[in-house]
Amino acid sequence: MEPTDRAFVASARTGDAEAFRVLVERHSRALFGLAYRMTGNESDAEDVVQESFLRAYRQLGKFDERSSFGSWVYRIAVNCSLDLVRSRQRRSEAPRPAGPEMEDPIDALPATGPAPDRIALGGELRSLVAAAMARLSDAERSAFVLRHFEGMRIEEVGRALGCQPGAAKHSVFRAVQKLRRALEPAMSPVK
Amino acid sequence: MNHQHLSEEELVLRYYGEERDPADAGRRLEECGECRALYASLQRTLNVMDSLPVPERGPEFGERVWRRIESRLASRPRLWLGWAPWRWAAAGAACAGLLALAFLAGRSLPRAQSPTPVAAADPQVGERILMAAVGDYLERSQMVLVELVNADPKGPLDISAEQARAANLVSEARLYRQTAAYAGDAAVGGVLDDLERVLVGIAHEPSRISPEALEKLRERLKNEGILFRIRVLGSNVRREEEPAGAPAGQRL
Repeated sequence: MEPTDRAFVASARTGDAEAFRVLVERHSRALFGLAYRMTGNESDAEDVVQESFLRAYRQLGKFDERSSFGSWVYRIAVNCSLDLVRSRQRRSEAPRPAGPEMEDPIDALPATGPAPDRIALGGELRSLVAAAMARLSDAERSAFVLRHFEGMRIEEVGRALGCQPGAAKHSVFRAVQKLRRALEPAMSPVK
Repeated sequence: MNHQHLSEEELVLRYYGEERDPADAGRRLEECGECRALYASLQRTLNVMDSLPVPERGPEFGERVWRRIESRLASRPRLWLGWAPWRWAAAGAACAGLLALAFLAGRSLPRAQSPTPVAAADPQVGERILMAAVGDYLERSQMVLVELVNADPKGPLDISAEQARAANLVSEARLYRQTAAYAGDAAVGGVLDDLERVLVGIAHEPSRISPEALEKLRERLKNEGILFRIRVLGSNVRREEEPAGAPAGQRL
C-alpha cells in the first residue's frame, strides 16, 4: 500500500532526501497551477515551484504534522509567488515575455473580426480568458487570483499582499473591470 | 423617485458575498433592470474566469523539479535506516503509478491550440464559443468517469489525480450551467447538474478508494446512466457547433 504524505514527511524530517523527493513528485503539478495563475508565466511558475519546495525543505522542522503537507506547501507557494510579483514591482519590471500559450489573440484581431470558419472554437474562450489575464498588472492579477481562485476575503488579500484592504479592493475591482471589458463581447447572452 | 444605481464595485462585492448590506443591494437589484444587466454581465465574466487555462505539466514534471532542486537542498542530519517498509511499498507503487500516469497523460494531453483570432462581438459566435466550451467540458468529464469505471484494482486505488481533475471540473461547472441557461436548454442544464453532483461525489471520496467503494461508485454511475447521457449530449453539442447548414443535432 502506498504510504501517506505524513509518513514521507516524517522520514524527510530525519534527513531522508528520497522521502522528500516523493513529496516533490506528488505535489509539483498542483503547485505549478497556482503559481502559473499568480505569475502568468510558465517559466516564473516553474521557478516558484522549485523555490517553494526549497523553502518547505528548510522549514520542515516547523511543519505541524497534524496538518496537511499539501495545504502547507500550497501556502508557501502563494508566498513565493507574491515575493516574485513584489520583486517585479520593485524593479518596475514588466512580466517576462509570455510563452506561446499566453500570446494575446485579441491583439491580432482585425477591426471587423474574422469569418466564423476561421475560428477554432474549442479553445477560443480559454484563449480569450488567458489574454485578458495577461493584460492585468501584477498587483491586479495577484489580488484577483487570491480573491477569485483562492477564495480569500478582501481583507485577507490585503494582508497577503502587504497592503491596506482598500488598496486590495481597488486592485480586485480594477482587475474585474478590465476582465469584463475584455470578455463581455464574447459573453453576451444569446437569447 | 430617484434610483441610485449600484456601482460596479458594489456588484463585485455582492458576487463575492462581501457586500455591506446584502438586503439593500438585493432590493436595489430587483428594482433596477440596468443594475441587473450590469450584474449579469459581471457574473458572466467572473464565471467564465473559471475556465482560465493552465498549461499542463506531465507526470514527469515532479521528477524534473526534483532534479533541479536536489543539489540545492541543505543537508539535513541523515539517519540511514536502510530500506524502510514504505520504500518497498513505494517502489512497487511508483512503478505501477508511472505506467498508469503515462497512460493517463497520453490520453489527456490537450490538443495543440493555435491562437487564432475571434469575432467576439457576434452573438452567434459567442454562443458557438460557449457551446464548444461545453463540449470540451463534457469530454474532459467523460475521461475522468471512464478512467474510474475501467479501473480494476486488486487493492485500494489512489484516485487523487482523478479527484483533482474532478474538482477542477466542478469549479468550472457554474459557467456551463449558466451557458445552458442562456441557451434556454433545460435538458442540457439537467445533465450538467447531475454531472456536477457526480463529480463532487468523486472529489469527496477518500483519495485511496477501496475496490468495494469503487464498485459502489461504478454502480452509481451505471444507475444514473450519466456516462451515456454525457456521451449523447456531447455528440449533440458537437453537432450544434457545426456551421449553419449542417444537419441539426438531436436533442436529449
